[in-house]
Amino acid sequence: MPLADVPVALMLVGLTAYMVLAGADFGTGLWELTAGRDTFGVRLRDYAHDAMGPVWEANHVWLIFVLAVFWSAYPIAFASVFTTLAGPLFVAVLGIILRGSAYAVRAVVRSDRERGLVDQIFALSSIATPFALGAAIGGIASGRVPVGNSAGNLITSWLNPTSIIIGVIAVAASGHLAAVYLAADARRQVEPRLLGAFRTRALVSGVVAGALALIGLTVLRADTPHLFSGLDQGAGLGAVLVSGAAGVMTIGLVWFGRYELARYAGATAVAAIIAGWAAAQAPDILPGLSIEAASAGRATVVTVIVVMAIGALALVPSLFLLFRLFLKGAFDPSAIRESIPARQEGGRIPRSLAGILVVLLVVGSALTVFADAGWAQALGVAALIVFLAGGFIAFATSITGETSR
Amino acid sequence: MNALSAALLAAFPPVNQQYLAEARQMQAMSFAVHIPLVCFAIALPSIVVFTEWRYWRTGDPLYRTLARRWSKVMISLFAFGVVTGTVLSFELGLLWPNFMATFGSVFGFAFAAEGFSFFVEAIFISIYVYGWDRLSKRMHLLSGIPVIVAGFAGSLFVISVNGFMNHPSGFTMQNGRAVDVHPAAALLGNSFFWHELIHMYLSGFMVTGFVMAAVYAWGWLKGRRGRVELTALAIPLTVASLASPVQGIVGDWAARTVAQEQPVKLAAFEGLQTTTRGASEHLLGWYNGSSVVYGIAIPDLLSFLAFHDPNATVQGLDAVAPQDRPPATLINVIRFAFQGMVGIGMLLALIGVLFIAIGVRKRRLPRSPWFYRALVIAGPLSVIALICGWVTTEVGRQPFIVYNVMRTTDAVTGAGGIPVGYGALALVYLALAVAVVWVLRRLARVPLEMGVADAAR
Repeated sequence: MPLADVPVALMLVGLTAYMVLAGADFGTGLWELTAGRDTFGVRLRDYAHDAMGPVWEANHVWLIFVLAVFWSAYPIAFASVFTTLAGPLFVAVLGIILRGSAYAVRAVVRSDRERGLVDQIFALSSIATPFALGAAIGGIASGRVPVGNSAGNLITSWLNPTSIIIGVIAVAASGHLAAVYLAADARRQVEPRLLGAFRTRALVSGVVAGALALIGLTVLRADTPHLFSGLDQGAGLGAVLVSGAAGVMTIGLVWFGRYELARYAGATAVAAIIAGWAAAQAPDILPGLSIEAASAGRATVVTVIVVMAIGALALVPSLFLLFRLFLKGAFDPSAIRESIPARQEGGRIPRSLAGILVVLLVVGSALTVFADAGWAQALGVAALIVFLAGGFIAFATSITGETSR
Repeated sequence: MNALSAALLAAFPPVNQQYLAEARQMQAMSFAVHIPLVCFAIALPSIVVFTEWRYWRTGDPLYRTLARRWSKVMISLFAFGVVTGTVLSFELGLLWPNFMATFGSVFGFAFAAEGFSFFVEAIFISIYVYGWDRLSKRMHLLSGIPVIVAGFAGSLFVISVNGFMNHPSGFTMQNGRAVDVHPAAALLGNSFFWHELIHMYLSGFMVTGFVMAAVYAWGWLKGRRGRVELTALAIPLTVASLASPVQGIVGDWAARTVAQEQPVKLAAFEGLQTTTRGASEHLLGWYNGSSVVYGIAIPDLLSFLAFHDPNATVQGLDAVAPQDRPPATLINVIRFAFQGMVGIGMLLALIGVLFIAIGVRKRRLPRSPWFYRALVIAGPLSVIALICGWVTTEVGRQPFIVYNVMRTTDAVTGAGGIPVGYGALALVYLALAVAVVWVLRRLARVPLEMGVADAAR
């Protein structure tokens, strides 16, 4: 793969992760909106809300990644997209704020009325955001974003047949993924009624998403023939076929109760759509602008790749830990409580420690203020930081020994 | 592989954006909403982990109650921080596309690195908060450590971008485009950002500590003085009290660096019109377009503070052409922001020293209600000082977005509808502010003693 293409590959991986992880979070909004107001509806909403609790924040960081790689590696294309598509992107951002806030607020609601209101906001913003992002992708895919500072039409670049159908598909696919995942989680928690509810939702939304995808292909054929021709042959066609097969397989797996496998099949169906888009649009990132020409240059691309590699070393084990704990049910309601023997602590800060802290403060301050050499100043600042950490532990231990009596 | 061609950048000529001021205000508003939340993401993890550690050491359930309760506040504020931070990253493109088109290749990667820090932080914050009673004691405490480290790393990368904007390096400008780009050297090799990072990091501890202390000081004044409340007051107040005086030292370092690297900005802090040997410092007063009037002048102090020499020459605003310095109308904004930050900082340091001195000598909390009244005010003041500090550095850099390289007017979007976006975002943020307050009040309303009884069961 040419060096200039590596960042775009990373972006597509990030977008796929965003779609199959955060997309499913958005999808829960659809099911909260349609859950109804009776007791079971409330149970369903509570369950959908709790099930994504531990992972939702992590999932949304994928979008930041995609943006950061985009603006670093293809700055001109990024700036063109963000000016012409300011409308849908702004809608997406408002949706993200409202959704995240509603999520945080929901943790403390008490009455049904409060919960109902918060769930409405949560649900509507959960639908608006994937639609707006899908519409923005539709604008890029259909070649309506020319190079330049708001060079394209601010309205028709995202309110056009291709954008609208992609936005609708994004909402439907999110809902489908959410239902499949929630069914799998419900099975683990042995709740037959919830399992049944999400099984039905997964089947129906799967059929709807599939139908919309077929409609989408006819829309593309009429509205964006050049993109359609990319999906009609070669790698694009392969991706379309994989997506279709995986979609059908997901529905089959749900039907036969193999929910864990259905998770992965559903995610594959979505990932294949993104791959198909990439294949159909290559090698251009925007009309008349090839990925090669848009690339920021070797030094930047290499830096981005190095950062991604180092970051992945920290991220992959962390994510692995999170999902392992999450999937094996470590966060499900249960309690282990280790008893701690009571012990009196606190008292005066030992003289020797106090002495060291004072020396650190004095030397650190003097070096920071008066030293001219960079290394001496750095040493001074480091001494101040050690003083702060040590002073905090020592003083807070001492004073809480008194206050907690 | 070719660098970006000049023809491509020609697609981004400076545009005539009639709503430039609104774009800047929108950015400032988004930032002012986000940055106090960042403070809690920086400092709360350390406070919570320390408190949990006290529980494991003493077996006293009150620490557990506090750590648990604060961890809920932590994840709520983190959630609000996530969304407001996402807004900022969108706005980089939505409002300042030419800035991104020209320099995205230089500093953009820092946000990818920040993304990783942030991702790790989000993961472990989830593990920590959802892992109470569900993970082993050692595992749970350890899961708090990456949150602390990632919080620092994330600040480092974001501030390095601000350091770049103030002190650009690592590229060559050629016909309006950045060539010969060395991203890592431009950011991490840039000596300018270190004082900004440490200054901001300490602010995080000051704001978090004083805001939390203000809440419990309010309770103290209302008669809530049980051992749980007193301990809940003492821990965050210790953090803030130690950080505040040290912040003065770091602030001095920051001001001297600005004096050397951005002399025009320093002149704007003071409203110093002409280059002066042995320049005075003016407290308060008003910059009338040519000098500071009605202020209290302290002879030679500015020279002494900026260069450690009362006779040093300090560059004035008129050392550069009028179009290359902050507009006269903004000088007073910068001056008052700067003086507000310094004044409040000194007050906070005084409160901190008092608290530590009484604690060390008498091993108890202060008893005077006046101390607690001061704390109640110190909380909001610390947030004001934080915003003032950012106004000082960001408005002080005007008219440039990248100091002496790119003007803010040349960075702005050509898209219409800025006032609509500004208004919509302002409404949403108003609702958000109400939501934050409401959530915190709800979290605070669970009686503390009940929590202890529950934890002790």
